[in-house]
Amino acid sequence: MLETYIRSRLAEKKILLMTHIVIGYPTLAASLEIVRTMVDAGVDLMELQIPFSEPIADGPVILRANQAALANGVTVDQCLNFGRRAARQFPIPFLYMTYYNILFKHGVDRFADDMQLAGLRGAIVPDLPPEEAADYLDAMASHDLSPIFIYSPTTADARMNSIARVADGFVYCVARKGVTGDQTAFSRQIGDYLARCRAATHLPLALGFGVQDRSDIKFLEGKADIAVIGTQALRLVEDQGVAALGDFIRDLRE
Amino acid sequence: MIKRGYYGNFGGAFLPEILVATFDELEGVYHEAKNDPLFWQDYEQLMSSYSCRPTPITDAQNLTRHFGGARIFIKREDLNHTGAHKANNVMGQGLLVKRMGKTRVIAETGAGQHGVATATMAARFGFDCTIYMGEVDVERQRPNVFWMEQLGATVVPVTDGTRILKDAINEAFRDWVTHMDSTHYVLGTACGPHPFPEMVSWFQSIVGKEARRQFLETEGRLPDRIFACVGGGSNAMGIFSGFFDDDVELVGVEAAGRGLDSGEHAARLCSGDASVGVAQGYKTYFLQDGDGQMRETHSIAAGLDYVGVSPILSDLKEKGRVRFEGATDREVVEALRLTMQKEGVIPALESAHAFARAFKEAPGMSPDDIILINQSGRGDKDIFTIADAFDDPKWKQFIIEKAKQYHA
Repeated sequence: MLETYIRSRLAEKKILLMTHIVIGYPTLAASLEIVRTMVDAGVDLMELQIPFSEPIADGPVILRANQAALANGVTVDQCLNFGRRAARQFPIPFLYMTYYNILFKHGVDRFADDMQLAGLRGAIVPDLPPEEAADYLDAMASHDLSPIFIYSPTTADARMNSIARVADGFVYCVARKGVTGDQTAFSRQIGDYLARCRAATHLPLALGFGVQDRSDIKFLEGKADIAVIGTQALRLVEDQGVAALGDFIRDLRE
Repeated sequence: MIKRGYYGNFGGAFLPEILVATFDELEGVYHEAKNDPLFWQDYEQLMSSYSCRPTPITDAQNLTRHFGGARIFIKREDLNHTGAHKANNVMGQGLLVKRMGKTRVIAETGAGQHGVATATMAARFGFDCTIYMGEVDVERQRPNVFWMEQLGATVVPVTDGTRILKDAINEAFRDWVTHMDSTHYVLGTACGPHPFPEMVSWFQSIVGKEARRQFLETEGRLPDRIFACVGGGSNAMGIFSGFFDDDVELVGVEAAGRGLDSGEHAARLCSGDASVGVAQGYKTYFLQDGDGQMRETHSIAAGLDYVGVSPILSDLKEKGRVRFEGATDREVVEALRLTMQKEGVIPALESAHAFARAFKEAPGMSPDDIILINQSGRGDKDIFTIADAFDDPKWKQFIIEKAKQYHA
C-alpha cells in the first residue's frame, strides 16, 4: 500500500520528496537517466507524466515539455513501457500523472490493468474531479492502485471531506491558484491551509506548485508529509543538464 | 458529489480542483438569472438597443428562382453589432459578470469575431479585458486584432501548441485558474465544462425564438428545413433551439475543408475521423488520434477550425434529431460568390457553409417547402480572408501598392 510505504519512510525522514518528469522529454533515454539520477539522490516517490496535447493545468515549462515529447513521437504505449522499466529497475513507488483523455481513450480499466502489471502504484489525473471519476475509482480499486486526488485553497471544507472519502495513498495539495511553475510565497497562509487539509483527511499530504529550494522544504516540514518538486527540476535539467540534478536534490533536505 | 451537465453521454465538467468553486458560483448565478423573468427582459432590451435585435429574416427570392426548388429564407445574424451572432452570448455573459461583481473578462478567439464582441462588451460595461488568440490567427486576422486593441483590450498571442483556437482556450483557462476572483472567462461557444454549453445555448436561443415567431407572423407556418454552420456550435444551437419541438428538419454543416477523405477538415460529427474523448473540460466528439492526442484541423473559415464540438450537438446527433453534413472550402467559396451576386448579402465564410449545403438540397425540394439558412455572420469585414479565398488579382495589386506606401 502506498500509504504504508509513505508512513514507514516518514518514520526516518521529516519530509519526503516527490519529483516529476515528462516521459520522453527531452528523449526517452534521457528520461530514464533523469529517473536514475533522482532515485540515486534520495527521492522518495515520483510522478511520471504521460504527455497530452492539451495540458490545461500545467504552466509554460511543463506544457512545452509535453509538446516536445509529442513532437518526438512519444506514444502512450511507449510511456507504459517506460513506467514498467522504471518500476522494475528502481525501488521507489512510481505514479502516472496525466490527463483523463489518455486513460479514457486507452480504456480506463485496461489502463489500470497495465499500471498494475507494470508495478505502478497510483495515478494523478488533474482534470478528473471525483464527480466524474466513478469508472476510474472502480478500476483503481480493483487493481489495488491509489487514485491521488487534489485539494486546492479554494476547496471548501465540506468538499475536502467528500474528496477524502474517495482518495487513497495521499492527497495532493495545490499550494495556490494558478498553474505549475509560478512562484509561491510560503507564508502563514499556506500553514493555515495545510492545517485545514490535515483536518479533512487522515491520509498523508503532499504539497506542490512552486516548491523551489531548501527553505521552502524547511518551511513545509511538520506541515506536509511530501514536498513536490516539479517545474524547478525540469528547469534545472534544461539549464544545466542532468548532471546538476543530483546535487540539487540532495541539497534540498540537508 | 454528482455529475452535472450531461446531455446523453456527452458534456460534464472535467475541471481542475482549483476551478470547481468558480464554476459553482457561475452555475449559481446562471440559474438565478434563468429563473428571473426580468433578466431575460433586460437582456432583450439590451440587445434591441445596443445590437440590432430582432434581426430580420430575408426572403431570398433570387436564390429561390435560381435553384427552382424550395423557397429560401435567411436569418440575418450578420446584422448584429460586431457583425455576428457572437454578440448575443457576449452581452448575456456581460450581464452575469455584473451580477457576480467581477471587474475583468478574458476570452479566447479564433477568427477574432468573439474577441471583438467581448472587447465591445467590456468597453460598454467598463471591464478590463484580455483576449487570447493563437499566434497563427493573430497573423491572419490583423483587422480584428486592430479593433480589439482600439476597443481597449489586451490581445495576447498564444505561441504554444498548434497556435490556433484550442490553444487560445487552454491559455484562457490558465489565466482563469490564477485570477478567478476578479475575472470571468467569457467562453465563446456552446462547448467547455458545464454550465457553458447550456448557458451559451440559452443566450443564443434568442435567435431561434425570434425566427419561429417571425415565420408564424409573416408566413403563417414554420420552415421545413433549417441549415446552420457548426464550429463549436453556438449559432446552430441558437437557431435550432427554437424548433426542437416542431416537425422541422435541422441540419448542421461542418467544415469539410479539402474534403472529408483528405484528413484536412474540421468535421467531427459528419466524418468517421472523430471519436469520443475528454478535453478542455468536457466530453464530446474530438478529432484526435488513437492515443487521445488532438489532431490539427483545417478549414477556410477560422471560426469552424476547432477539434471539439458542443456536447449538446453530439447528443442530438446520436438521438437523430439533427443531421450533420460537410461543405468543402471550394463549395463554400462558390456559395458565397453566388449569394453576393444574387441577393447582395455577404455571409461570413463560416456561415457560407450553411448556404453551400442548403444550395445542394434546395433543387430537390418542392416549391411549397421552405428552407431557412442562419447567416451567423457577415463577411465584408473579413475582406482579407475572403479576397484571399477568391484569389482576386486586383486586391493583391492594391495590397502590394499599399505596402509600398508604408515602406516609403
